[in-house]
Amino acid sequence: MAEMLKIDNIHKTFHPGTINEKHALNGVCLSLDEGDFVTVIGGNGAGKSTTLNAVAGLWPIDSGKIFIGGDDVTRLSEHKRARYLGRVFQDPMTGTATTMSIEENMAIAARRGESRGLSWGITKKERGEYRRMLATLDLGLEDRLASKVGLLSGGQRQAITLLMAAIKKPRLLLLDEHTAALDPKTAAKVLEISDRIIAENHLTAMMVTHNMKDAIAHGNRLIMMHEGKVILDIRGEEKKKLTVEDLLHQFEKVSGEEFANDKALLS
Amino acid sequence: MAILMSLDPMALLRSMPGAFAQGLVWGLMALGVYITFRLLDFADLTVDGSLATGGAVAVMLIRGGMNPWSALIFAFIAGMAAGFVTGMLHTALGIPGILAGILTQISLYSVNLNIMGRSNQAVSVDKYPLVISLRYISDSTGTRIQVFTTSILFCVVTVAILYWYFGTEQGHAIRATGCNQQMARAQGISTNFHTVLALMLSNGLVGLSGGLYAQFQGAADVNMGRGAIVIGLAAVIIGEVVFGKLCAGKHFAFAYTLLSVIAGAIIYYIVMNIVLWLKLPSDDLKLFSAIIVAVFLAIPYLKTRYKGKERAHG
Ligand SMILES: Nc1ncnc2c1ncn2[C@@H]1O[C@H](COP(=O)(O)OP(=O)(O)OP(=O)(O)O)[C@@H](O)[C@H]1O
Ligand SMILES: [Mg+2]
Repeated sequence: MAEMLKIDNIHKTFHPGTINEKHALNGVCLSLDEGDFVTVIGGNGAGKSTTLNAVAGLWPIDSGKIFIGGDDVTRLSEHKRARYLGRVFQDPMTGTATTMSIEENMAIAARRGESRGLSWGITKKERGEYRRMLATLDLGLEDRLASKVGLLSGGQRQAITLLMAAIKKPRLLLLDEHTAALDPKTAAKVLEISDRIIAENHLTAMMVTHNMKDAIAHGNRLIMMHEGKVILDIRGEEKKKLTVEDLLHQFEKVSGEEFANDKALLS
Repeated sequence: MAILMSLDPMALLRSMPGAFAQGLVWGLMALGVYITFRLLDFADLTVDGSLATGGAVAVMLIRGGMNPWSALIFAFIAGMAAGFVTGMLHTALGIPGILAGILTQISLYSVNLNIMGRSNQAVSVDKYPLVISLRYISDSTGTRIQVFTTSILFCVVTVAILYWYFGTEQGHAIRATGCNQQMARAQGISTNFHTVLALMLSNGLVGLSGGLYAQFQGAADVNMGRGAIVIGLAAVIIGEVVFGKLCAGKHFAFAYTLLSVIAGAIIYYIVMNIVLWLKLPSDDLKLFSAIIVAVFLAIPYLKTRYKGKERAHG
């Protein structure tokens, strides 16, 4: 199976040389095969978001290399890297342009990685396609193609952002706590949609979550991060048998600390 | 009472066509302001300079023998160059948007003086076949209609082009950049490139408007753009307040919105003309404009704050 993502010993320090200096990534290594769906857990500030942001290219990393589908993307700027990626963020406001309509947002996503010229930003043929895609969400959005995204709820926006992320069949889908801002029922629905989209499109995906049960129930791999490193990598049969207690125990063993995260314990 | 008696209604009536035409010409500039202020979400202060640049370029080229229509093309290009500089200051050098605009605006003052060789230059309508002129308005009904048709033509064609452009892939990319940079970049849009592009387009329109206005008044002046940004904002805001509800949700809503910006500029000049006619001190005009803009910019904010409080109490 082909390697889809390779993170090779990356380091990142924010605000170096100041009192705010923060060594956020401390030699992260990770390799994902095509079709892998890995869930990412870890305490607050463990470096989960920073790892995803490094892959997405928000800022240059200090050292190490990142390959997506064999291409070295380490030096590519964020918008150039976007062609390889689909991204959904924690804040439902982040993933869409609120002053634009649903169909315009989708049309923008459908042109990810292509040059944007003077042809129509959206064609009639696309509209039919988007209507069909929105219908699969079962949120009644297929009749609201021309509505501004700003009028929609957080759950509806996340669902649309998921469609947009998958629309170009990215090599890698990055989900950073994309259900954390939603109420439990909506979160479950968006998670279900995520599962379906990943399966239908055979996507390789990374999903950060604070919910250990979700982390166990979804995907075929699970990694745990701590202090800017991957400290646990569980896959296959071993992952299927995991329990929350196992994870907490493993965490204490590897890190030598208690898992100080109320949110994770409660959920 | 004596003051009221001294007001001549006919004088007001006579001044209206001029105000109307002026509103149309400045409406083009207001469209430029709309692009940056509303679509790109960038308060661009370049316009005070680029308006005069457009005027200076057009006037000097006409004096040098160029056809007044062609001169407008160069006024547009000169405006685009100004927008490019502001864009690069902001995106390539990381200077905050407002400051980038101010820096360009200030430097354009010198540039404009250099273009004209002094602080103002005239183009007489007697010597050159100007596209529009204030003189045509008072001359005869025929020439007056010519001024209106020409300036309305400019506005309508510009609105049509902008309507088309912001429906293209590139136009969508600019709108996404203005709305949500994170989303834009995640979708592969270079926010820097599209910011520069929008600033160029906007200031191109401002330059064009300056070129037309210089012909209209028969001269370019290094100070002709002073306060232009406030007039542009006033036009945008008046358009939104007066016509906003009418435009929303319609087919071609965006075209109506653009037209309402021009209508806003016309209303602005009619109101200003009435203020002048009332013999209110013209020194205070800029103060009035600024107050109007400040009030209308504050209304949406105060509304949401008031609503928020209501909810908190209820
Ligand atoms: N852009 C940034 N500038 C400065 N510091 C940052 C930046 N991004 C992250 N950090 C810091 O890096 C560390 C790792 O943060 P990160 O967001 O990756 O944690 P996380 O694992 O996603 O945690 P959480 O579960 O709270 O989201 C934190 O100490 C954070 O404050
Ligand atoms: Mg995070």
